Amino acid sequence: MSDDLTIDPVYVTDTLIAEDIDAYLETHQHKTMLRFITCGSVDDGKSTLIGRMLYDSKMIFEDQLAALETDSKKVGTQGQEIDFALLVDGLAAEREQGITIDVAYRFFNTEKRKFIVADCPGHEQYTRNMVTGASTADLAVILIDARKGVLVQTRRHSYLCHLIGIRNIVLAVNKMDLVDYDPVVFDAIVKDYTEFARSIGIENFTAMPISGFKGDNITTKSANTPWYSGPTLIEHLETVEVLSSLDADKPFRMPVQWVNRPNLDFRGFSGLIATGSVKPGDAVRVLPSGKTSTVTRIVTLGEDLDEAVAGQSVTICFADEIDCSRGDVIAIAENPPEAADQFEATVVWMADEALIPGRAYWLKSATQTVSATVHQPKYTVNVNTMEHMAAKTLDLNAIGVAEVTTDKPIVFEAYDDNRTLGGFILIDKITNATVAAGMLRFSLRRAQNVHWQALDVTREAHAAAKNQNPAVLWFTGLSGSGKSTIANLVEKKLHALGKHTFLLDGDNVRHGLNKDLGFTEADRIENIRRVGEVAKLMTDAGLIVLTAFISPFRAERDMVRQMLPKGDFVEVFVDTPLEEAERRDVKGLYKKARSGALKNFTGIDSPYEAPEAAEIRVDTMTETPEAAAERIVERITGDWMPTI
Amino acid sequence: MSDLNSKSTLTHLQRLEAEAIHIMREVVAEAENPVMMYSVGKDSAVMLHLARKAFYPSPPPFPLLHVDTTWKFQEMYKLRDKMAQDSGMELLVYQNPEAAERGINPFDHGALHTDMWKTEGLKQALDKYGFDAAFGGARRDEEKSRAKERIFSFRTASHGWDPKNQRPELWNLYNARKNKGESIRVFPISNWTELDIWQYIHLNDVPIVPLYMAAERPTVERDGMLLMVDDDRFPLKPGEVPVMRSIRFRTLGCYPLTGAVESTAKTLPEVIQETLLTTTSERQGRAIDKDAGGAGMEVKKQQGYF
Repeated sequence: MSDDLTIDPVYVTDTLIAEDIDAYLETHQHKTMLRFITCGSVDDGKSTLIGRMLYDSKMIFEDQLAALETDSKKVGTQGQEIDFALLVDGLAAEREQGITIDVAYRFFNTEKRKFIVADCPGHEQYTRNMVTGASTADLAVILIDARKGVLVQTRRHSYLCHLIGIRNIVLAVNKMDLVDYDPVVFDAIVKDYTEFARSIGIENFTAMPISGFKGDNITTKSANTPWYSGPTLIEHLETVEVLSSLDADKPFRMPVQWVNRPNLDFRGFSGLIATGSVKPGDAVRVLPSGKTSTVTRIVTLGEDLDEAVAGQSVTICFADEIDCSRGDVIAIAENPPEAADQFEATVVWMADEALIPGRAYWLKSATQTVSATVHQPKYTVNVNTMEHMAAKTLDLNAIGVAEVTTDKPIVFEAYDDNRTLGGFILIDKITNATVAAGMLRFSLRRAQNVHWQALDVTREAHAAAKNQNPAVLWFTGLSGSGKSTIANLVEKKLHALGKHTFLLDGDNVRHGLNKDLGFTEADRIENIRRVGEVAKLMTDAGLIVLTAFISPFRAERDMVRQMLPKGDFVEVFVDTPLEEAERRDVKGLYKKARSGALKNFTGIDSPYEAPEAAEIRVDTMTETPEAAAERIVERITGDWMPTI
Repeated sequence: MSDLNSKSTLTHLQRLEAEAIHIMREVVAEAENPVMMYSVGKDSAVMLHLARKAFYPSPPPFPLLHVDTTWKFQEMYKLRDKMAQDSGMELLVYQNPEAAERGINPFDHGALHTDMWKTEGLKQALDKYGFDAAFGGARRDEEKSRAKERIFSFRTASHGWDPKNQRPELWNLYNARKNKGESIRVFPISNWTELDIWQYIHLNDVPIVPLYMAAERPTVERDGMLLMVDDDRFPLKPGEVPVMRSIRFRTLGCYPLTGAVESTAKTLPEVIQETLLTTTSERQGRAIDKDAGGAGMEVKKQQGYF
């Protein structure tokens, strides 16, 4: 080991531990916690800096150090010197590649604080990891290689940190040892960065000249930079204000996670307080219902609390038996948040499969989970140049501004005011993957303006007048599978039985209602959404609706299913193998698709997702259209009722 | 520092506690059939305490699952049964019947012992009861691959972990959705360090196995490890006689695989003191991490180890 790598005694009060452990524990017990992220590109020395902080705070033990020394010689990049980066680069795959591929969390203590560091990779394809790491951070350390200055990556990282709401930014100009600790270099970089920071709305930041490798201005002021009078990195991290203490001064909000009801005498509402504080006696309001009550107790194991603040997990009891369940938000009565179902939001796309505008995703915000759609983005942001660009969708790592609509109102606040009630994730309904993160900016207020017209003649009245149960018979299957043929037969039979029906198919929809739509994935989804809405209106009018569309995607069929009352959606899978449909090729479309003249053709160059649990399946290889139609009519009109 | 004196600034332990409780409640609200892995170690002890706190006055609404290897220390079995009783929770003990039948033991079978009793036993237990979410007491500061694992760690139907295909985890919004057969391992104390665990135990009088505190115990030395002769199944070599030494354990597992340290730390503060002044890492007493070069734990996790 070189002399530069001796343990710096500033961090750890070894003597106190050895001489008075109780006093030490007392100090430790009152430490606060700061979460921060480090961002930099591959060669900025990020892992080295973190390795250095762990090393200096004695978070590295002898056995790990021995392993590190061996590894440094074997795969290290610092010759015979210790390669701190190896301490941090965890997974075998990335150690081989010499890069960090995911967010890793590290821990260290100083006398004043506990620190959690999210180590975020710098290269472009992992924007999603950086946003993930930044989402829980109070502060960001942006590393710059003094030899290279402000790079495209620096801009990207700064923009992302700012976007996610980090207001404490440290510009750590690293590798100062390699530019001879030259203040001119440092000043030029700071000037350069200041201009850029202002342009994206970063009001202030703290710049410092450091060397992670040599240890300059990390824990102790460096003799190599007499021209720098600011704090060392650790001093700054120890004194900067943490986010949760700012949240405590805001109005009280607590999303309800779980209703605690061990017996008939106790009913408490459990949650993590997002902002503000609460005391017994406080008047509170439950959102979105708006019902009010008074807090009687704040219950924890051991004893009740006199007060609880933002960041604490508690269980609250009310004076009145009012409705309150998971997803509701308890707020201070006189200043509650609002509820809305249409928003402008910034969305960061995190999945390989691009956003499909109009498709329904699960949206989770605080403890609320609702079905939501994202409209075509107004624009996306080029994270390297900050330019706004027109876009039809959002690809992996894209950041865009778009309208988001939820299927029922959610309680929210603007992300800038409240991370908990303004942040959300989107979940794919089929794969259950987290596909995006977003920040609600403001509501589009349409939810309040368009009131549902109160209808005197109800859905039930319409249905009763026709003496039938409204339903949607949704025929799905490949082109040429026989959907329209069977649907036509079914409608004729129902009509003969005196039923009020209507058949929606490509011919009567594509030429009018949907003539503005093409055959891209997004357009096909919009096509189905509109058909679903029309079918729903028709069932409100009491009709039995038959639809015959390829409707290749499970998600869209499920979307229509969700629109309707339970049981009213009857999925009819017209199951014809591709070879057979192609052999029939009634309209000659398969031939065209095979020749390349027709793009996005289901079964050829666009997928068909077969239903997994259709109410009715017709195997056209073994059943004639006539027999199938008869069977379907029997199920609709016979004892079997689609309503559960 | 102004914020250190402010009433509204929570201490790091308060924040860690609130985070763990929030995580547990999310799981209970969203999973169908959750379970808490209970290994009887100090991390499990803290996790159990947090669970009792999270759901008080209700008992935690899930059972405890101990995947038993039959080779734990006797004192661990004692505390396990007592804690289950005190908490009002159901205790499920699972022992891999195949490992029992084949007489798999740490003395004769080495790595196979861990694989059969722990990794396979765990998978079998989760399948048997159909648990779709399992709390584990792993911490990110323990080991490098754990530092990169999510709090909600998604597993395939065959219990595999794919480190390159983890769900992004933002703010404190956890995605607990999964398809049939898939499951989630949840680590509520991911962000705690060894010191935090000790301090929390100290402040809250959390009951722990007495083996963490130094006492005179019968020991033998094997391959540089100090092992405790916990029962008469310990095969002594010819001429080998157990020696009484003042020892304690930094981690607890199967007694033939868990190295003790010589110590006189009889109280919790003394243990913490020793921990802070020590120069070897916590997992160093365990044989499991040394397999497969530097990637021991990562490989085990991909195979389904907790």
